Amino acid sequence: MARQIYEAITDGILGGGVYALMAVGLTLIFGVLDIINIAQGILVVLGAYLSYVLSVHLHIDLFVGLLVTVPVMFVIGVAIQWLFIRPLRGRDRTSMSLLACYAVALIIEGILYRVFGPNYVVLNASYITSSVHLFGFYLPDIYLYGFALAVACVAALYLLLYRTRFGRSVRATMQNQTAARLIGIDVNRVAAVTFGIGVAVTAVGGMMFGATSGGFNPNSGYDLISRLLAIIILGGLGSIGGALAAAVFMTTAEALVDIWSPDWAVVVFYVALVLVLTLRPSGLFGRSPVRAQ
Amino acid sequence: MRTGARAGGILAVLAVLAVFPLVLQNATVTTIAVDTLIFAAAAVAWNIFSGYSGYISLGHAVFFGTGAYTVGIAARAWQLTGDAVFGLLPLAAAVAAGLAVPLGLIALRVRRHTFVVITIAFFFIAQLTATNLSVTGGSSGILAPSPNWDAATFNNPFYYTALALLVVTTAMSWLIRGSRFGLQLRAIRDDEDRAAGLGVRAMPVKLAAFVISAIVTGMAGGLWFYFIGQAIPQFAFDPLFDLSVVVMAFFGGLGTIAGPLLGALLIEPAQQWLTLQYTNEYLSEILLGALFLAVILGLPRGVIPTGAEKIAMLRARLRSARAAAAAGSPERQPGDQPQEAGTSSRDAGTSAREAGR
Amino acid sequence: MTVMLRAEGVSKAFGGVQALRDCTVEVEQGSIAGLIGPNGSGKTTLFNIVTGYERVDGGDIYLGDSKITNLLPQRVFAAGIGRTFQLTRIFPRLTVMENMLVAAQHTGSKRTRNPLARAGGRADRRRAAELLEFTGIAGHSDALADTLSYGQRKLLELSYVLVADPAIVLLDEPAGGVNPSLIQHIADRIRELNTAGKTFLIVEHNMDFVMGLCGQVTVLDYGTVVAAGPPQIIRSDPRVLDAYLGITEEDDDAGPG
Repeated sequence: MARQIYEAITDGILGGGVYALMAVGLTLIFGVLDIINIAQGILVVLGAYLSYVLSVHLHIDLFVGLLVTVPVMFVIGVAIQWLFIRPLRGRDRTSMSLLACYAVALIIEGILYRVFGPNYVVLNASYITSSVHLFGFYLPDIYLYGFALAVACVAALYLLLYRTRFGRSVRATMQNQTAARLIGIDVNRVAAVTFGIGVAVTAVGGMMFGATSGGFNPNSGYDLISRLLAIIILGGLGSIGGALAAAVFMTTAEALVDIWSPDWAVVVFYVALVLVLTLRPSGLFGRSPVRAQ
Repeated sequence: MRTGARAGGILAVLAVLAVFPLVLQNATVTTIAVDTLIFAAAAVAWNIFSGYSGYISLGHAVFFGTGAYTVGIAARAWQLTGDAVFGLLPLAAAVAAGLAVPLGLIALRVRRHTFVVITIAFFFIAQLTATNLSVTGGSSGILAPSPNWDAATFNNPFYYTALALLVVTTAMSWLIRGSRFGLQLRAIRDDEDRAAGLGVRAMPVKLAAFVISAIVTGMAGGLWFYFIGQAIPQFAFDPLFDLSVVVMAFFGGLGTIAGPLLGALLIEPAQQWLTLQYTNEYLSEILLGALFLAVILGLPRGVIPTGAEKIAMLRARLRSARAAAAAGSPERQPGDQPQEAGTSSRDAGTSAREAGR
Repeated sequence: MTVMLRAEGVSKAFGGVQALRDCTVEVEQGSIAGLIGPNGSGKTTLFNIVTGYERVDGGDIYLGDSKITNLLPQRVFAAGIGRTFQLTRIFPRLTVMENMLVAAQHTGSKRTRNPLARAGGRADRRRAAELLEFTGIAGHSDALADTLSYGQRKLLELSYVLVADPAIVLLDEPAGGVNPSLIQHIADRIRELNTAGKTFLIVEHNMDFVMGLCGQVTVLDYGTVVAAGPPQIIRSDPRVLDAYLGITEEDDDAGPG
């Protein structure tokens, strides 16, 4: 029993790293653009399918394939923002942006269905089934690599945000868009690039998700987005540290509940979300979801 | 004069709708019609809450599915068949209402952004619960009792029930819009804090609209269940339901009375026809999403308000052109009320927007 | 003199910024009082605190003899304090008349409080129409508030604040960004209402407006009161000049440096 609990905790933490990566992208987009990118779930699935195509049809290693999928997803992200979000104006801009993302998500899902069909596919690689024997546990290699990659990406994001000029622009825009514009920051460009970055991380998340999920199809996007939303709201919209903490917390909690009842384990996410929101509407770490009108 | 003509028009439409299935005995057409009426009722109901209050709900499928399962479980438990099953609709309404109160109390405490997300969360909890519980038949769902009436006019009882539901819901929407309650809702939509500061009690108002909307959606779900004969988790709780209803309301005109009606009458038959033609459901998903984007980006206020505005602007332009031709335009007197420049063209726009409200 | 509104020793900080520091302001019943000071001196914060949109860190607010500190905005409104905002807050997608009716929520007989009744009974509509006539925008009664010009929106906000017949009205920059003839119109309306018994507290940057209208002026700087008194005294008070211009009379003599 204790062994199962330790396993659940390690699984939770390792898995949480990857969810954290996807969630951080989502919360970053919210922080800068004030919109919730509901399409993030299906974009992860798209990333998984891209890795699948590269791996199965071109025999490119999953991790190497990221060199292609990450820029591709970045461009897709920028395109979505530029074509569908930027033109929105008016008082309901934030709600409309959310709905636009919802529409984009459904279009992508439909396209994935038509191209790949409803059958489940898996990503294959040697390191998915092999594992490392540590401290008496078997830690699947893929999780370790994935966790390491997630840590590397978050570190890279951190460096980008806090050590580069562009990062400074992003943080300034997050704090006060009007002031940022006044000091010469091209807010449109910051918005587009940030959205692109937020989506680019789904390439990594997608590959990891495809490798560890045991099978995915276009319908998997719903489950993913619900979890991601639960994570960023729990952690507080706009808080990157909060997203990290919430991701690890949620996946660990789910892994623990899974020991007793696999069917209800996934409900943990939503129930935790609803509980937190009932008690603390602005999440565990976040600032208020909507800036002053 | 104009209200007389409008009332006459409405009666004419109702008359047509009433005799429609008796005249047109084509089963395919009436099936699509029933489906359209059910969705129209759901869209009008959705609009009563989301359209008037501005809180976009992407979780109304919760009530739709709950209504479906309620009728299913009750019909099975009480061994009901035939017309008696229709009598379960009020039960579906009650259960939906009972569910809407706690859900609303939780969800309506947060800002609009988070609200949308919570409704999505509720949706998933509902879908998962239906899949996991045995009373709901798990992933295979529940079957409806087979109706025992004539094959030729099979759709008719469903048609008339759906029509009745739609008419009552639309009447409610109209009543609410002109009422004090409706005014408070719309004020909340525009500036909730200011409205609250002026004495509008936001939570009870929002919750009431939410519950009313849930009740109708629940009944629509119950009716739909009996009509198509079964309730399976991924169809009773279908994200496409929410998307369809939202697109219909937006397309026709969010916050108007006729908007969701128009949206449903145009979009639902088109969707059904597509499904029949291509038997590939995913195409309608893509097209619906694309239509939604087109509406949000190009026609954000929907067909009815934009259309009315265009018509009124044309009328105003004709009027001023005629007036200018008839006499020279009068000078404004110095003692007049202070008017900011450009108000005359605004007047044309204002009467146009007012007509399209 | 009866003091109608009194903010006593009010302090408020936002994060590291001390917006108000032991601030005491009094408004005499039946007067038109002015509240001036450079940007950031805490004027709007004081308004927000008095009307319940912010909570105090310290100090109290009194309306007559009752303590109204930290009451919710709707309670403050019901107690008889009306308030306009620096950035006009109207309901854009409602008509002008509907805007007025929203403010009439707690007025009206028991029967008209029935939620399904037609919005706005005859009495409410008549009163609204009168007020719109008074402020001069009655012609736009059925227009969407969205379509009003900037100046007309200010008049609308003033109108609906008056619906509840508040004893005291707080105006936040009523003349801001408005053309001169409209400023005069607003000043005249305020004077008329004041003659009929309403008390006013006005935040403004337009000095002519304040000096011409207000009987008593309080000056804030960095969250504290630096001067209070009749306009003629205030306008030549060196502390006030210092607050606004950062100079004293001696510096002025020294000439450009």
